[in-house]
Amino acid sequence: MPLGGLILLTSFAYLGILFGIAYYGDKRADAGRSIIANPYIYALSMAVYATSWTFYGSVGRAAASGVGFLPIYLGPTLMAALWWLVLRKMIRISKANRITSIADFIAARYGKSSLLGGLVTVIAVIGVIPYIALQLKAVSSSFVILLQYPAVVMPPKGQPVDLLQDTALYVALLLAAFTILFGTRHLDATERHEGMVAAVAFESLVKLLAFVAVGVFVTFGLYGGVGDLFQRAADLPNVDQLLRLGGSAGTYGSWASLIFLSMLSILFLPRQFQVSVVENVNENHVSKAIWLFPAYLLAINVFVLPIAFAGLMQFPAGQVDADTFVLTLPMAHGRGALALFVFIGGLSAATGMVIVETIALSTMICNDLVMPLLLRWKALALVTRKNLPRWLVGIRRGAIVILMMLGYAYYRIAGEAYALVAIGLVSFAAVAQFAPAMLGGMYWRHGTRGGALAGLTLGFALWAYTLLLPSFAKSGWLPIVFIEQGPFGIALLKPLALFGLTDLDDISHSMFWSMLFNVGGYVAVSLLGGQGLRDHAQALRFVDVFKHATRSASPWRGSASVQEVIALVGRFLGAQRAEQAFAAHAAQRGLESASALPPDADLVHFAENLLAGAIGTSSARVMLASVLKEEPLGMDEVLNILDEASQVIAYSHKLEQKSRQLEQASAELRAANERLKELDRLKDDFISTVTHELRTPLTSIRAFSEILHDDPRLELGKRAEFIQIIVKESERLTRLINQVLDLSKLESGSAEWHPSELDLKLVIADAVSTTSQVLLEHGAVLSLELPAQVPTVRADRDRLMQVLLNLISNAVKFCDRASGHITIGLQVLPHALRVDVRDNGAGIAPAQQEIIFEKFRQVGDTLTAKPQGTGLGLPISRRIVAHFGGRLWVESALGRGSTFSFTVPLEPR
Amino acid sequence: MAHRAVRAQQLVALFVLGWLLFSYPLLSLFNIGGVVAGVPVLYAYLFGVWIALIVALILIVERRGD
Repeated sequence: MPLGGLILLTSFAYLGILFGIAYYGDKRADAGRSIIANPYIYALSMAVYATSWTFYGSVGRAAASGVGFLPIYLGPTLMAALWWLVLRKMIRISKANRITSIADFIAARYGKSSLLGGLVTVIAVIGVIPYIALQLKAVSSSFVILLQYPAVVMPPKGQPVDLLQDTALYVALLLAAFTILFGTRHLDATERHEGMVAAVAFESLVKLLAFVAVGVFVTFGLYGGVGDLFQRAADLPNVDQLLRLGGSAGTYGSWASLIFLSMLSILFLPRQFQVSVVENVNENHVSKAIWLFPAYLLAINVFVLPIAFAGLMQFPAGQVDADTFVLTLPMAHGRGALALFVFIGGLSAATGMVIVETIALSTMICNDLVMPLLLRWKALALVTRKNLPRWLVGIRRGAIVILMMLGYAYYRIAGEAYALVAIGLVSFAAVAQFAPAMLGGMYWRHGTRGGALAGLTLGFALWAYTLLLPSFAKSGWLPIVFIEQGPFGIALLKPLALFGLTDLDDISHSMFWSMLFNVGGYVAVSLLGGQGLRDHAQALRFVDVFKHATRSASPWRGSASVQEVIALVGRFLGAQRAEQAFAAHAAQRGLESASALPPDADLVHFAENLLAGAIGTSSARVMLASVLKEEPLGMDEVLNILDEASQVIAYSHKLEQKSRQLEQASAELRAANERLKELDRLKDDFISTVTHELRTPLTSIRAFSEILHDDPRLELGKRAEFIQIIVKESERLTRLINQVLDLSKLESGSAEWHPSELDLKLVIADAVSTTSQVLLEHGAVLSLELPAQVPTVRADRDRLMQVLLNLISNAVKFCDRASGHITIGLQVLPHALRVDVRDNGAGIAPAQQEIIFEKFRQVGDTLTAKPQGTGLGLPISRRIVAHFGGRLWVESALGRGSTFSFTVPLEPR
Repeated sequence: MAHRAVRAQQLVALFVLGWLLFSYPLLSLFNIGGVVAGVPVLYAYLFGVWIALIVALILIVERRGD
């Protein structure tokens, strides 16, 4: 069998095995028994990081710069320690939002912006195409070299190869077909590819075994172990520079910047995002990958330096390309089988990368570039078409072929100009531009759509200017003076020494400027500009993904029937799958069938997520908005609903307020109750007092009457005295009853009033003459202080008289026994007349001054001292005065007499 | 939950330690000629730290009880 046939047969057999694994994986996934649902497969699939660039290129780089190949693998090792925080959050966010690519992630975070998704897709495609070209180059040149076995001959450089005879073209076409078979085998455009992951994991295993096999062969077969190899290598020229940093390995600065760059790449390369986030089955698998993945990288790097040294020692300087040492060392020693195995290993590394990368990119192109445009293209009326899943898959297949052809074109034009490693780093620097928008979006809720757009645009522009354009210039696409003298001869704008910065290597230089402008633009525009409502909503969802285990009802107002929504989703996923999905959703919510689902925000969110899985978040958003006639949300509404914290605070404020009101009401109730009890007690007191007051005169009347009745021989004098007492007591009884009746009339408002124009001076004079007898009996002196002229008032004369008599009789009763003196004063106030009745008695203590106006309450101990009145005079007087619109009060101090005053308004009410 | 929080902090601390060990100036201490057990010093140092980091990751991640 000719050698070429053997290599091809082996290659196709190997690809057949891969396809078998993928087919089996898909079948098992459909049956619900996933073979990739374990952390080891997960970690191995992440090793898609190690491409043919690692497989062949590491040795090449090590031969040129010694330990300088290591930062690319130390960075991911360090980043793995942060996976528990960062990667797990990315997975959680992506699962919650059905995110299918890195473009989708960024677009979804910043308000499902189609523009942003498209920009990210463009950056990813431009950044990654050279990397795909690199894989094509690796496979085709390794094939050409192996074809010469057992001779070791480098393929001729710089000679144009006829297009139809170019191996790389066939490799590209083959890989495109293979990727289509893997990635878009299903008509339903789902986001996960279990079979592909299984195949990639298997490939990772094969490339590791192949590389380690070469390493063991070289180290222990050709030399007597590691020590022996290094000892012999010591004779090589410049070996010291290879084993130490500083000389050809560059400065510590570029060492650190390479570690940093590769740290970002392991998270943000589209293929890494695909396997570690999109294809992740269980986020707990991350914890094992944290150490398994670094261990894999360690294993595949241990023999890099020994192989590089062996190659440098075995081959004459400059004859064999160091990038091919892995393959050419076994060939030079007649190990045909091992060489074939190495070729298969390299093929594994290349195909794994190309398959995953093109699937990831084709998803991005379809969901974030083509679909949003097609959906907006009204004439196409895409939504109404029946065969949408076919459209989706067709777009993706087309994207895969186009990507592969672009890769080939790049290889064809620029492939020879650069070493493998340099191309890889250019790609790394491109995807690193996603870092600010991604990480900022995950941890900083004020990052805005405008900020992300500004940062990405600036970062990408700087990257293109400082890395991509120089690579074009080196390839001859641009005049080389562009690099050497700057555009239009402006030295400050030299792309490899921007603004005069010359101390850094190309990659570090580009990283510094692009990251400075990227982060700067992102932060500055975010802080200066406003955040849209949807932007804000998504920010909360992303940043607080671990806080909100269950999604709170999203604000949505619109009109759509459940059937409409299911029909819409069915057009993209296929009617049957849509029905099944909604039925399952209904069952989850405890409903009998999908038609019982309420057309609410929850349903729309579910539909949006389903659609997002197929066509990406921003397209899903456009889709639903176009069909559901969603009403715009009021600013207040959205803020109220979104800002849960403020809502809770407002709610608790309300609660506090309510409880305060309750407390106040219950205090009022308690007070009212107290007042009622007091009134009740007063009523009881009143009745018992009245009864008591009535019984006292009754008792004496009865007692004296009985004496008169029982003793007819009682002498006349006594008899007259007793009858006198009976009459007096009867009068007192009558007076008391009259007063009680009077008071109750006043209180109930049924008293009769006969108002007339009165001269108060005359009323006072009448009252004085009426009481003159009593004054005489008590030996009290009364003096009047009356003005010459007073205006008349309108009042009831008899009632006013009653008040005056009461006040005067009180004054007589309580004035000084020995030299009683009473003064009645009358003053004209602006709006009223004021009458003062002053005595020179013992006075009333301040505490008692209000009590005396209550019924049956008198100053002094009523139990021991004989009551000197009925205790109703003052309450009645006060009511009468109040009826006229005036006021009755007392001013007094113990030992200084009392003054009872009342007013009568000049204008009666 | 407390376990998980502690674990996350241990991992972050390990990241910082690894970054320091792989950078200037600690790196420059080993950026010298000579061999250790037949292996060049810098090469041995880098791989030694790498292995130590992986062992530490295993110890942190695989510890039972969460």
